[in-house]
Amino acid sequence: MTTLITARGITKHFGTTKALDGVDLDINTGEVHVLLGENGAGKSTLVKVLAGIHGHDAGTIEGKASLAVIHQELALVPELSVAENLFLNRLPRRFGFVDRAEMRRRAPELLERVGLGVDPNAKVKDLGIAQQQMIEIARALDKNAGVLILDEPTAVLTDTETDRLLEIMAQLRDNGVGLVFITHHLDEIQRIADRITVLRDGRSVGVLGPRATTQHMIELMVGRPIDEQYPRAAQRPGQPLLRLENFTRRGVFRDINIEVHAGEVVGIAGLVGAGRTEVARAAFGVDDYDYGTVEVDGKRLPRNDVQAAIKAGLGLVPEDRKGQGLVLTATVGQNLELATLANRDQKRLHDIAGKLRIKGRVEQPVKELSGGNQQKVVIGKWLLADPKVLILDEPTRGVDVGAKVEIYELINRMTAQGRGVLLVSSDLPEVIGMSDRVVVMAHGRVAGELPKGATQDQVMALAVQEISA
Amino acid sequence: MSTISIRRYASENGALAGLLVLAVVIAVMQPAFLTAQNLLNVGVQAAVIAIMAFGMTFVVVAGGIDLSVGSIAALAAMVGALTAGPLGLVVGALCGLVNGALISYGKLPPFIATLAMLSVARGLTLVFSEGQPHETDALVTFLGSNLAPSLPLPLLLMLAFFGVTGLILTRTNLGRRMYAIGGNEEAAKLSGIDVRRQKLWIYALSGLFAAAAGLVLAGRLGSAGPQAAVGYELDAIAAVVIGGASLSGGVGRATGTLVGALVLAVLRNGLNLLQVPPFWQQVVIGAVIALAALLDSLRRR
Repeated sequence: MTTLITARGITKHFGTTKALDGVDLDINTGEVHVLLGENGAGKSTLVKVLAGIHGHDAGTIEGKASLAVIHQELALVPELSVAENLFLNRLPRRFGFVDRAEMRRRAPELLERVGLGVDPNAKVKDLGIAQQQMIEIARALDKNAGVLILDEPTAVLTDTETDRLLEIMAQLRDNGVGLVFITHHLDEIQRIADRITVLRDGRSVGVLGPRATTQHMIELMVGRPIDEQYPRAAQRPGQPLLRLENFTRRGVFRDINIEVHAGEVVGIAGLVGAGRTEVARAAFGVDDYDYGTVEVDGKRLPRNDVQAAIKAGLGLVPEDRKGQGLVLTATVGQNLELATLANRDQKRLHDIAGKLRIKGRVEQPVKELSGGNQQKVVIGKWLLADPKVLILDEPTRGVDVGAKVEIYELINRMTAQGRGVLLVSSDLPEVIGMSDRVVVMAHGRVAGELPKGATQDQVMALAVQEISA
Repeated sequence: MSTISIRRYASENGALAGLLVLAVVIAVMQPAFLTAQNLLNVGVQAAVIAIMAFGMTFVVVAGGIDLSVGSIAALAAMVGALTAGPLGLVVGALCGLVNGALISYGKLPPFIATLAMLSVARGLTLVFSEGQPHETDALVTFLGSNLAPSLPLPLLLMLAFFGVTGLILTRTNLGRRMYAIGGNEEAAKLSGIDVRRQKLWIYALSGLFAAAAGLVLAGRLGSAGPQAAVGYELDAIAAVVIGGASLSGGVGRATGTLVGALVLAVLRNGLNLLQVPPFWQQVVIGAVIALAALLDSLRRR
């Protein structure tokens, strides 16, 4: 094992705030080095300093390995082919023109290295997000990157895709590549990490070995002991508030029957593509459906009518916070009032921001907030609209541990007030830990329902079920 | 005010700072610029573009663009001259509604829908006018006149439209929805905003404002011409952009647009006073637009 990059005492200021404060980091060959920390702890800044995107105010970085960063937002050109993306900016040329034959020859070799069996002539936009990620990794490898930094790559992947990525990472490690891996999923860390550097408030607060417990990681990260990761306080369920009956959209989901009662959290688990988000959107009136009914508090909702759904007491926190939940150009306050424009009251905005413990002023641009606080803004928007049932679609995706627990406590508070919550989540421990019942979907149908206390294995067994139509 | 807060004020109001610098430079080179009469002239010259640009601000804040405002202004003025002024306003709003319907329900990109309207409205103007200018009636002529020797009505109308625009943008649901739609249309939709219906109103407003601008222009000239206001849509867009609005939507203010329109008017007036040949004026104006946008993008970094 040799050290590829040695960083010592890295310090970086942004204005008066210290983003990094004397951080040490070694990147070695054949090692997966995990950077762990809450949002805002300095992980991304550290990566940007290492990559030379930001300068640093103090400290040294030594090492000659070339370094590639795979960001969460992929740097691919959707309209170009896989091969063209692989060789973007250094297309093989012959007589001054692009040498397509050469490209076609070299592309499969590269794709082989990341185990990706796609047609090099396919357009990148036609591939899934996991495949696109692999293309970026392949491109980095072709540039002979000795160090590969992956910034939350699994946030957008399904479980199987994540497994595949971890496999590839293990392979690269065995081939002597130094990997830096940023993730919020502690189970992934336990599966692949050789070393874990925990950052908090810009400082390195500990370097752990591969056998670190999740409890230990969380406490280092948050800086205080955490009692419970999933603090669900169950209520006695009341009358049904949301009822989906024979809910069907041809080719997407079929015969979905789900009831959410007052005070209840019903989880929907399943693989990506099982139709969970589609059910949520159609119930909320964003997308159309073919037959079946949606009732809120005994009242049948018209199809394709978001306004009517809101009026009846339904709310939806969509899965893509930045793309669907927030107006990033606007302030916290403007986002909070989005669903209740007719009822504008500055005091209520400040109240809700305080109640949700949103770190940030109401007048502040929402894009300056961390992911967890942004998500609280989206939830706050709905709380202002006073819904009877709130559908949460992946509410803690990309949210750090501390803010996650706060969102769980919000869920508890909502059900204590007699609201119902439909929790769509790909995070198995979360959907099991926070739901009173878990509905598992597979291939657009309800594969089964599990009571409180189900195991991950039970959920997975239903989720991967082949259901005959 | 301390230096720091002055600096912050200037950086948040880049266009205003630019306007002041521009005015000072011109005043130094040609003191006649600062006479009351000339400043009133600048205001009058700014009025037509400013009113049009206020309507454009709604559209741009909502993430769209309206290329048809120059043609709508001409059509409204012509209809006003041939029939009655108020009918011109109705026609302008209707043209805007058609734009909105094409964009909302026909799912056309705003660029294409309003480009089509640019041609249709101009064509209708030529058809109705048979290619001839037509005199405006007393009501429309009044819009371009002076209330008192130093009180030009176009200037007052500009200020009135400025106030209305500010009110709509900051104090009405429609205005708040414009920012939401332009900032993130999907999020607006999922928050229960009927995006399509809002767009109808937004483009109708733009058409209405364009029609008002057309009537003011015709009033000043005492006649509506078939080739009036050609290319004004570009000045209106320039005013909005100089004022700090983002063409990708979600950002923009009435004050910015007013300042943007004044920058263009001051520049034209100054270049005239300095006897810069008209051909060169175009070059200078283009350069200033680029410079303004450049400064704005530097400031945002």
